[in-house]
Amino acid sequence: MKALYSLFLVFALAALALVGAGALGMEKAFGLYIPFLAVAVFVVGFCMRVVDWGKSAVPFCIPTTCGQQESLPWIKQSTIENPSTTGGVVMRMLLEVLLFRSLFRNTKVDLHEGTRVTYSSSKWLWLGALAFHYSFLTIVLRHMRFFTEPVPGIIAGIEAMDSMLQIGAPTLYLTDVVFVAAVTYLFVRRVVVPQIRYISLVQDYFPLFLILGIAFSGIFMRYFAKVDIISVKQLAMGLVTFSWVVPEGIGVMFYIHMFLVSVLLAYFPLSKLMHMGGVFLSPTRNMNCASRKFRHINPWKFENVHYHTYEEYEDEFREKMVDKDLPVDKPLAEGAE
Amino acid sequence: MSDLPRPEALFANIDYTPPKADWMDVPVEIKPGRYCYAANPDSVNYVGLPHARKWNPLDDDWKLPENWQEIIFNGLRERLQKYRSFKIFMDICVRCGACADKCHFFIGSGDPKNMPVLRAELLRSVYRGEFTTFGKILGRFAGGRKLTPEVLKEWWYYFFQCSECRRCSVFCPYGIDTAEVTIIGRELLNLLGLNIDWIATPVANCYRTGNHLGIQPHAFFDMIDFFCDDIEDITGIRPEPSFNKKGADILFITPSGDVFADPGTYTCMGYLMLFEYLKREYGLDVTWSTYASEGGNFGFFTSHETMKRLNSKMYMEADRLGVKWILGGECGHMWRVIHQYMDTLNGPEFQHSRMEVPSNPITGTVFKNAASTKMVHIAEFTADLIKHGKLNLNKKRNANIHLTWHDSCNPARGMGLLDEPRFVAKSVVEKFTEMPEGTIREQTFCCGGGAGLNAGENDELRMMGGLPRANAVKYVHDKYGVNMLGCVCAIDRAVLPNSMQYWVPEVDVCGLHELVANALVFPGEKERETDLRGEDLPGMEDE
Repeated sequence: MKALYSLFLVFALAALALVGAGALGMEKAFGLYIPFLAVAVFVVGFCMRVVDWGKSAVPFCIPTTCGQQESLPWIKQSTIENPSTTGGVVMRMLLEVLLFRSLFRNTKVDLHEGTRVTYSSSKWLWLGALAFHYSFLTIVLRHMRFFTEPVPGIIAGIEAMDSMLQIGAPTLYLTDVVFVAAVTYLFVRRVVVPQIRYISLVQDYFPLFLILGIAFSGIFMRYFAKVDIISVKQLAMGLVTFSWVVPEGIGVMFYIHMFLVSVLLAYFPLSKLMHMGGVFLSPTRNMNCASRKFRHINPWKFENVHYHTYEEYEDEFREKMVDKDLPVDKPLAEGAE
Repeated sequence: MSDLPRPEALFANIDYTPPKADWMDVPVEIKPGRYCYAANPDSVNYVGLPHARKWNPLDDDWKLPENWQEIIFNGLRERLQKYRSFKIFMDICVRCGACADKCHFFIGSGDPKNMPVLRAELLRSVYRGEFTTFGKILGRFAGGRKLTPEVLKEWWYYFFQCSECRRCSVFCPYGIDTAEVTIIGRELLNLLGLNIDWIATPVANCYRTGNHLGIQPHAFFDMIDFFCDDIEDITGIRPEPSFNKKGADILFITPSGDVFADPGTYTCMGYLMLFEYLKREYGLDVTWSTYASEGGNFGFFTSHETMKRLNSKMYMEADRLGVKWILGGECGHMWRVIHQYMDTLNGPEFQHSRMEVPSNPITGTVFKNAASTKMVHIAEFTADLIKHGKLNLNKKRNANIHLTWHDSCNPARGMGLLDEPRFVAKSVVEKFTEMPEGTIREQTFCCGGGAGLNAGENDELRMMGGLPRANAVKYVHDKYGVNMLGCVCAIDRAVLPNSMQYWVPEVDVCGLHELVANALVFPGEKERETDLRGEDLPGMEDE
């Protein structure tokens, strides 16, 4: 049901662009104003979220340690999974952000006859997530050719690599295939695995459909509708150089694509997609694990904390302590009053 | 454990298929055997926590204060500012489900609200619905919901089912730690006086007497003295421990669970023997404190503030006695608190200026990793002694033991204490077998206790939560003949014996220093015929 809502929502968005940029001829709105606004919302919103997180304190050093601590000199420390230096923390974060280290550990539980439970390695989610994120990144980088003149060598290089197999004309991008497959996997997994379906919300399905919509509209535009690339570039260059122009006859598919991208950008800071920024700020991963060696300072103070002092303790139990020859600070007579 | 179904029946009931209805439409059902009794108002009052009253989780009316929602919202708002961890964890979960089948309570119960993601979502949905613009406008469509008494009950039921073991955090791509969420969740519940008695009463006891059982100083002395009698019977050597001794080298603090309940008591005898050995051989002066007689910090299960108040005794006592540094016994959450909170909480406020960076006067080893807290784990300390050949050990005395090692959650995932206890264990037993990968080291499973510690009333839950650990033990028992499960946590020693008896009755539970003491050879001791448990040593059986 939630998946259907989301699917419907994405169709509605596409229809909006179709009608708006097509029938109503609002090319300027869909080609310039909305994308510009969306980028602004994305940048400002993203920064605001990160600043908002940053304003919250990190009172304690609470990293999850996933390996041997720094200990005696002859015990081998796991310097990346349980780092005690900044270098180690950086390595840990790099592995996490670039290779999804924690997801790589994923296991699956199974119940068997009698009372037996087993755990087996399960790397599909890791693979799917990695494929999704890296092909997305490549696609975004590839698109930079629309926004740069001359196109930097690195971006041309990525494009050449991506169309290495030279299938069809225009040549098929490998990332397009991987991307659609990965997003589809992430969606199917949400629907098919009962537990994942149970925890999924509308906002888990919506971005998947939205991204899929963007991918399909992009692919359709490139391979089937064949929009005028020169005009698209003209529009894109205009956007980034603030000399806004809307060339004639780009084709409505482009506006649908552009609109869905705009929605994604604007939706980003409001949603779970912010994990992109949040992962860097997660105290369980980005902190040094040597919290007995170096003191971590809490920026705020506990108020009105009462302690039970030794004096109070001895006052209550002095007699019993003296009885057992346990040392006391004040002799019995003095304390008894 | 009479009400419990047989293990096979309990196991057969585990079903990982969630209900058809949306989880927000499945009302909470508080099941006997899976929750702990409400806190005794006297205990709540003693530590000055608000809204102490008699209430019963099974009643409809929880006697909430009138403005309870406002209290929660204010508390939530405050904590979102105070804890970046909490705020980030509220915002960035993508519900990928990697944590779903990692929680021992989910594995053993199949209750979908025990999936860490959903347990956190119970709170997250309210945060979304009441605190975010999106959620306020779109409500349920944005995954938000209102805070109702039903939701509050659900929080209470499930947050106290989490043992804050952090296993889910290991697998989360963003390191989302459900322990952080449930700690805050419990803090919020505490603002309304909704604690459980197995936490609140130990907290009050720790506050008053120094330990969770409320053992007063004279009784504490008697209990240790009683162990000394036993040790004298077994070894012919009588330890002469000192208490509250000013000017001692080292203050020793261990969980009080070790002082009163088997098999922790054997571990406690182990400490006593080790210290006596070190005193006789090397003149090391270790003292115990009756005031700071609890390592385990039950405040950790209540609120950050309570944790601070209980923890302060360690440094206050070290300061008063003028010791050089503190040695800590085998305990789980005690070490999470020491490693990750203590120095921040109470360091400069209470730490003695004369305290030194811990060094082992016998071996000369400087514990640089504890330079700031000045607290060393006894597994680190003993490993150092053994490595330098300072202990005379006879492994053969433990020849009847085939050991496997349970990494206690908090030292494993909040500290990284993995190889030190293994080194010590392998130095004192002949047969050692690891449990399968995926169930040990940072992926270790909780004993199933945690929140409810040794409570009898939530036995069913504890057996469910104990299944993954017990199951891995069963594997090495069946395959290799393992008959002993070692650990460095007093809650483990309280919970695992029941869980083993239920799932793998042939396996016993012990602490690390029980094994050390069994193997430790004193000069001039009599020939030992039994181990610390009074069981015949191999080769010394009565004919």
